This record gives sequence, structure tokens and C-alpha cells, in this order.
Amino acid sequence: MLIANRKIAPPDSDRRWKIVDATMRKQGYSPTALIEALHTVQEAFGHVSGEALEFVSESLNVPPSKVYGVATFYNLFNMVPLGEHVFSLCTGTACYVKGSGEVLEFMKTEYGLEPGQTTLDGSLTFMAARCVGACGLAPVMILDGEVVGRLSPDQMKERIREWMSHDE
Amino acid sequence: MTNEELLEIVEKEAENTAKFRHRLGVCTGTGCMSSRSAAIVTELQAEVKKRGLENEIQVKKVGCMGLCAAGPIISVQPENIFYRDMTPEEAVSVIDSLDSEPLHEKMIDISEPFFYRQEKYALENAGVVDPERIEDYIAAGGYAALIRAITEMTPLDVIQEIIASGLRGRGGAGYPTGLKWSTVAKIESDLKYIVCNADEGDPGAFMDRSVLESDPHRVLEGMAIAAFAVGASQGYIYVRAEYPLAIKRMKAAIKQAEKMGLLGQDICGTPFNFKVDVRLGAGAFVCGEETALLNSIEGNRGMPRLRPPYPAEAGLFQKPTLVNNVETFANISGIIGDGGKWFARIGTAKSKGTKVFALTGKIKNTGLIEVPMGITLREIVYDIGGGIPNGRKFKAIQTGGPSGGCIPAEHLDTPVDYESLKALGSMMGSGGMIVIDDTSNMIDMARFFMEFSMEESCGKCAPCRVGTVQLYNLLGKFQQGEATEADLATLEELCDLVRNTSLCGLGQAAPNPIVSTLRYFRNEYLEKMKPSAAAAKEEAR
Repeated sequence: MLIANRKIAPPDSDRRWKIVDATMRKQGYSPTALIEALHTVQEAFGHVSGEALEFVSESLNVPPSKVYGVATFYNLFNMVPLGEHVFSLCTGTACYVKGSGEVLEFMKTEYGLEPGQTTLDGSLTFMAARCVGACGLAPVMILDGEVVGRLSPDQMKERIREWMSHDE
Repeated sequence: MTNEELLEIVEKEAENTAKFRHRLGVCTGTGCMSSRSAAIVTELQAEVKKRGLENEIQVKKVGCMGLCAAGPIISVQPENIFYRDMTPEEAVSVIDSLDSEPLHEKMIDISEPFFYRQEKYALENAGVVDPERIEDYIAAGGYAALIRAITEMTPLDVIQEIIASGLRGRGGAGYPTGLKWSTVAKIESDLKYIVCNADEGDPGAFMDRSVLESDPHRVLEGMAIAAFAVGASQGYIYVRAEYPLAIKRMKAAIKQAEKMGLLGQDICGTPFNFKVDVRLGAGAFVCGEETALLNSIEGNRGMPRLRPPYPAEAGLFQKPTLVNNVETFANISGIIGDGGKWFARIGTAKSKGTKVFALTGKIKNTGLIEVPMGITLREIVYDIGGGIPNGRKFKAIQTGGPSGGCIPAEHLDTPVDYESLKALGSMMGSGGMIVIDDTSNMIDMARFFMEFSMEESCGKCAPCRVGTVQLYNLLGKFQQGEATEADLATLEELCDLVRNTSLCGLGQAAPNPIVSTLRYFRNEYLEKMKPSAAAAKEEAR
């Protein structure tokens, strides 16, 4: 059943909850709007927090267990905030064949980071992307949204070192 | 919108185009965009304006021209010149060259096989039209097929035409499209759905992305024709969230088509209604499986359903649903426009038409290609692809992503069609083709794919959830040289088990990379076995 307006109080006075609410309202607070709602949460807040899960769960009348299940099923939703900078390494086949595995190893030995981990000071999150569909540029890495491609693994390492020290 | 109104737009656009002495097209596909092609467009537009040439030189954004290895590319029409590796700075010199000598050192040689061996059908408009303008698509003949279908044909005529074309699903499995359509059409229901599967998850594949980014209206038109044929009124395009540009362009295209009355209520003054919405994936490979995708659209975890019932009977919200892939829909308007027979003249006996491939890995001409079915792998690798760079040797070509296999050099003369690739233990797949040279180890490759399948397994059924982990660990033993005879036997047995007992395509196909490398590169496995065991094996021969 579609509902035109459902008044569930947001967790706090943050205006971003209104954007989340608008997404759900547009779909009549139907339970099928769950994934769309989570997308909006992630876009607005950068991650999907526990209180966001509760808010969505109540608004859509979906059990919290299901909301949690869906949010953790999909790789795109992250439950903890990301670091200040985000470095994604593409690990698709074309990039793998061209040496992205070497860079993965390098991140582990040089910075102690496994994919999905954030540095202790919260300055950087390292992620491994499945395939960003820019295989023509393989191997590809994304430094804060900027796609960098067509480098040898050694050049990539050089570039990462440079980039990692740019805040110092 | 009527046919007359459509023709008016075509005429107006043609007049507009004729006004310009030169037309510059800048590739704004993802690959070129990340090499600053957006800045090239801005720079060119500013420069043209500065010189007061706005009425003589047109600068437009176009979709993927295919040769991603040489991007960003600028095309110059009507001269038909293509420039490679452009930068915003160099782009200005293209304007200088327009009425004098072309920039020879930057020109792409279009007499190369990369260009003349291809046959563009689904990609006909890619790199030609501005994907953000519906008028451009209409000027290229777009939406004429839709109007023809709904005003002059019956749904049955449309389905007959698709059956006559011999088109088969381009998502990889190759199910006859016409048959699928007629199944959905025959089922009585108050509500039916059309779903476009744009959850292109195979690593190393970017065909659907390029189609969506370069020619979104073509996909919409195909969906609308399908909706008319099967009697559906609502469509969904399920796109990966990792494709922001494709999402943006698709959403814009839907709005434009609605505004022109080509989507929505009473299309072209007929009682035919069709609405399309975009739904975003959220990073789960298994959602490319059609029933998992339907679950995801419904707001659930993307886990596959047991089939039957097939989506054609009970799909989205338990209603009859037609699920086709992006490239399948991209072929529809051409088939209706030119006739199924015309389409069927290309290809082999059982695989008709053309197929788009993303050619990547250790190959000179990386990029997006469209070739007639039946072309050999050798022609793709050496003629179109330009061979292996750095003087290395070809080792294998990987098709079908994590569900496919590696095809070795001795089978390079195999024609590309659904059956032949399957016979080799690989599959057509959605169109990723990754060339591997002799620097790669095949056990590493198999383990790479197994890691992928293991992590992407949704966990619903045990053979896939547990089996992929065991296979992954066994391959690790081989990598470390600790595998025994018994491990090899377990590996083969387990591949068989996972293949035969998994619930969906992901699990059933997950062992393929191992099975195919065991078939063609067994030596690499034997060499990696514990010395004693390998020696015993040798003796036994």
C-alpha cells in the first residue's frame, strides 16, 4: 500500500534527513524503496549509520533485520565513515593482467592497508574496486575521484607515494 | 509525436548540420573523460567562440568511438579525420588545421583493419550522435522504428520480425529473443514488466556501459518496442551504481523522450502506454543473474530465485516480466527498421547479427569493437586488435568473465558464435575479451576468478558458498607447490559438484576458469605439484 505522508521523526535536526525522507515519500513509503533509500543515505551522509538504518526501517515499515541484511549484502554501502581521502584500485581482469595485483601487495607492505581499511588517523581509505569499466586505460586507480590510468605498476607506486605525501 | 513531426525534426537537424563547414566530435565516453576530454570540449567551444566561428564550426560531445587505446579522440567531419591522444592544449591546433593541412602526426589511420573489419550495428550511432540530445538521435533515424511498430504493425508482427532476425540474448546465454518475447506476450496479465539488465558485472567488460553512455535512446526505443510487442506498460533499467555517467545520460534520455511523447501515456496518439524508471545496483555481481536482479529491484537482497517459474511467467512482483540485456535492446530498432531478414544476413547459421566486445588486456588496440558473428578469434586478436605488444607471445584469450574460460593459441581459428565458444569450454558471455600473454600464469588466472566468484557468491546455496572457498584454497596449494595427487582429484571432483548442484548461473559457471585451464594448460598444474607426486605421475605415463 502506498502512503502519501508518514511522519517518522528523523534521528536529529540534520537537514539531510529531509532528502532521505523525500526519496521514500516519492515512492509512497513502499518497502520496495529500501535500496533507493539506502542509496540516498549513503550519498547524503557518506555512509550508512545505525540510526539511518533505524530511520529507514521505521519509515518503510520494514524490519530492522531486513534493512541491515540488505545494507550489508551490497558492497556499495559502507557502514562506517570513509577516510578523508579515498584511494580505489581497480582489480578487474584487464587491470589484473596488467599488474594491479602488484600494487595491491604494495599497499599491504608499504602502508599496511588491506582493501576496505582506513588508516588509524582517518586520513585515507583504501578500496579495491571490482571493475570500473575503464579497461581501455588499464591498470586503473582512482585517487579521490580522479581516474588515473595507463601507468606501469612501478609508475603507479611512484604516483601513490607522491599522492600519499601531498598533505604533509 | 507522429511520423510527420519526427520527419520535421530530422529535416531541421539536417539543415542545422549543413550550416557548419566543419563538425568536431569529441569522445566523451568514460575512458576519454578520464583523460580530460570534457576539458577539450570546453576549450574547443571557447576557442571557436573567441574566433567568432560559431556558425561555421560545430563542436559536439559524442559517445565512444571504440579505439580507447588512442583516446581522447576528436573526429573531424565531413573530412572524416580522426585525431588520437588529444589534450586540451593540442585541441586548439585542430581548429587551426581545419582549412589547411591536417595534423598528420596525430591522425589515426582509418584504413587499418581495426576499422574496416568491424561491422557497426548496435554501435551504429556511438561516436556519431550527441548522447545528451534526443534530436540528434532522431536525426540519425531514431524512433522511426518505434513509431512504425506502434502505428503500422501488430504486436505479433513485431515478434515475427524478431524471430525472423534470429537474434539471441546478448547477455551471454544466447536464448532466442523472439521466443522469449512470444512467451511473455502469450501470458494473460493485467500488468507486465520490461526489465533492461544493465548490471554489467563481468570484470573486463564495458560494452553495455558504452552503449548506455553513447546512445541511450537506442536502448529506450528497443525497450518501448518490446513493451508494445509483449503488452507491458512499465519498464525498469537496472544499472550498476558504478556507472554514474551512464545513469545520468539514461535519466536525461528518459526525460527527453517523455517530453516528446515517445514514452508515457498514449504514445503517438495510440492507446499504448509505457513508462521507464532507472533502478540502481549497489555492487553485487550476482544481480546480473535475472532473478537476483528482480529481487533487487523489489528492494531485497539480490539472491537468485529457483526457476521455474521463469520471469516470463512470474517475474517482477510476480508478474510476467521480459528481461533482456542492454545490447539485445540496442539491436531491436535496427531489426524493426530494416527487417529481420536483413539482420539475419550477417552471422552464422545459429548465431545471427553482430556482437560487441570489449577487447582488453595485453593487446595493442584496446577498445570497444563490434564484429559480425562467425569472425575468428585470430582475426579479432591479430587484425582488429593489432596483436600483442612488447614482442610478447599470445597465450590465451579469456571470454565470458568469471563464468567463462581461457582459449589457447591452437584454437584461435575458431569462429565466434555461441556454440563454438561453448564447445571450447568457454562461453560468449556478455562480451569481455581479455588477451593474456606469456607473462601470465594460468593458475594465478584461475585463482583470480575463483576469488571473484567466492567473494560474490550470495550465500544462498551451499555448493557455491562453500565450494568456491574450497576451490580457492586448493588453487592456493597449487600456487605454493604443495598440492598432491589427491588435491588434483579433489579439485576436479569439486568443480563437477559445484557446476552440477549450484542454484544459479554464478555457481554453475564458477568452476569454468579452472576446468578450462586444466583442459588446456594442465602442465602448469602438474609442474606445480609436489615434486614426488609429479615424478610419480611422469613415471606412470
